[in-house]
Amino acid sequence: MINSSEKIIEVKNLVKKFGSFVANDHLTFDVFKGEIFGFLGANGAGKTTAMKILCGLSKPTSGDVKVAGFDVYKQTEEIKKNIGYMSQRFSLYEDLTTVENIRFYAGIYGLTNKEIKERSEMLINKLGLDNVKNTLLKSLPLGWKQKLAFSVALIHNPKIIFLDEPTSGVDPITRRQFWEMIYEAANSGVTVFITTHYMDEAEYCNRVSIMVDGRIEALDKPGLLKKQFEAETMNEVFLKLARNIQEV
Amino acid sequence: MRTILFILRKEFLQIKRNKAMLPIIFIMPFIQLIILVHAATFEMKHIRLHVIDKDMSSVSRELISKFSGSPFYDITSYSFSDKEGEEDLRSNKADIVLVIPEHFEKKLRKENSCEVQLIINSINAASAGLINAYTSSILLDYNVNLVAKWSVMNSSVQASTIETTYSYWYNPELNYKNYMVPGILVLLVTIIGMVLSSLNVVREKEIGTIEQINITPIRKYQFIIGKLVPFWIIAMFELAFGLTIGKLLFGIPIIGNVALLFLFASVYLLVILSIGLLISTLNNTQQQAMFITWFFMMIFIMMSGLFTPVESMPEWAQKINIINPVAYFIKTMRMVLLKGSGFGDISGLFASICTYAVIMISFATWRYRKVS
Repeated sequence: MINSSEKIIEVKNLVKKFGSFVANDHLTFDVFKGEIFGFLGANGAGKTTAMKILCGLSKPTSGDVKVAGFDVYKQTEEIKKNIGYMSQRFSLYEDLTTVENIRFYAGIYGLTNKEIKERSEMLINKLGLDNVKNTLLKSLPLGWKQKLAFSVALIHNPKIIFLDEPTSGVDPITRRQFWEMIYEAANSGVTVFITTHYMDEAEYCNRVSIMVDGRIEALDKPGLLKKQFEAETMNEVFLKLARNIQEV
Repeated sequence: MRTILFILRKEFLQIKRNKAMLPIIFIMPFIQLIILVHAATFEMKHIRLHVIDKDMSSVSRELISKFSGSPFYDITSYSFSDKEGEEDLRSNKADIVLVIPEHFEKKLRKENSCEVQLIINSINAASAGLINAYTSSILLDYNVNLVAKWSVMNSSVQASTIETTYSYWYNPELNYKNYMVPGILVLLVTIIGMVLSSLNVVREKEIGTIEQINITPIRKYQFIIGKLVPFWIIAMFELAFGLTIGKLLFGIPIIGNVALLFLFASVYLLVILSIGLLISTLNNTQQQAMFITWFFMMIFIMMSGLFTPVESMPEWAQKINIINPVAYFIKTMRMVLLKGSGFGDISGLFASICTYAVIMISFATWRYRKVS
């Protein structure tokens, strides 16, 4: 794991309001280059909202946000060149084949024909999709499709990859393989920003932040968080935090 | 440019894989042309006539023979009482009742005039008007004949009648098909273009693929071009295909320059496709998009002059037609196909449609947001 102190995502006092509803309430955090940053929180805590802002899909109400050195207010197109994104909802084209999907995304990210050819071959080999490379995606199992979506999100060698609940709905074996892929990406220097509901997955992250009701209530290495909250597992940490807030 | 090519390739692959596409492209024009051209006609044939002849004279019989000899009328029954006639109208066995009064011939000879009565079922005002016009012209014709005949017999007065001769320009046989086919071709490309484009982006929203697209550094104009071009090609092909069917199957005249027609169509389609894309960017489900597309299409088509002449609409309605792209194209289509109008004749229409295209494309591009 390359753990540098180089900040690749800088967030200061990020606020996002929808009318009177405050989805993100003064978020402040940094993500370092090459780390796996877990972004946890219950449903509706404001994770996806924050992630969309970081990806340049939505503008903050106020606050300073820089992603890969670019400003989310003005330089969203620059940000988009430097990030990869995989949503919880499978969003490759089901009516295209494996190869066609890879080629399409590689193409719109501006890879040369030679690069496209090389990378799609490499990807297909690595994912073991050789038998189904000319099969329409709709007939592939979800786990395979998610692994493909992850690889496609990395096709243009982005600096950061955002993963929005990438493992929801896939079987334990695929989940494990998925994490191996995440580690591999992180080892090659890609920063991984991941949201998840699985607390065991939180343990795999270098650092995690836990959001409750639009605020970041805890942010540290999983081991230190467990110590701080006197908990055995991240699951306990999460429950304690969520419960405390509710009781208040 | 390269990015656009990648988008185009993807769109065409998806269109190719869509099983509904081929029938839409090839079968729809056939069915529309064959059904609409034959069904949507203003010609009335087989008007059901109930005759009440209370006179039973040679003159009245001669008058009736004018109707029985006409291809437009079927004399469904004869009777002698108004009641029976009314009953037939009420039970929808007749469209019109002709009442020839007693002493019809006698009165004509003595007083030189006599009235006959027409009772027309006017539930459908348009067809009632037509029946009235047809019937009146037959009666008038007969009247003129009668006057001429009798004046010759009397030879005292020289019958002087002004005769009007007609020549119908640009559609000399008043062939209804010639009038309808160009309009229906417009309908065809409009429906294809607008429905396909309006459902396209919204479909990507529904299945979630748009999110992945929005996260890429794709440019708005690249995306819009990538989405417009495939449907533009399909619709242009559709026009060529429809024209061919029209020519081969219906023998419609193509007097003007076909290239001019395609030039106009190419700009017209940009307007239609942009409206479709605009609808697509404003809605979140295909269902919503379909409803809104349908709403606009209905208004555009009803007001376009396809079925009812624009000139007979009230002034405010004609004003609304300024923003009706379909009206522009139908007018051009008829002018070029039937009249052989050249570029000079349609330059005004062409300028309007070009302006419209620029406005709509800008609007659609502006409205497309690369946000989730």
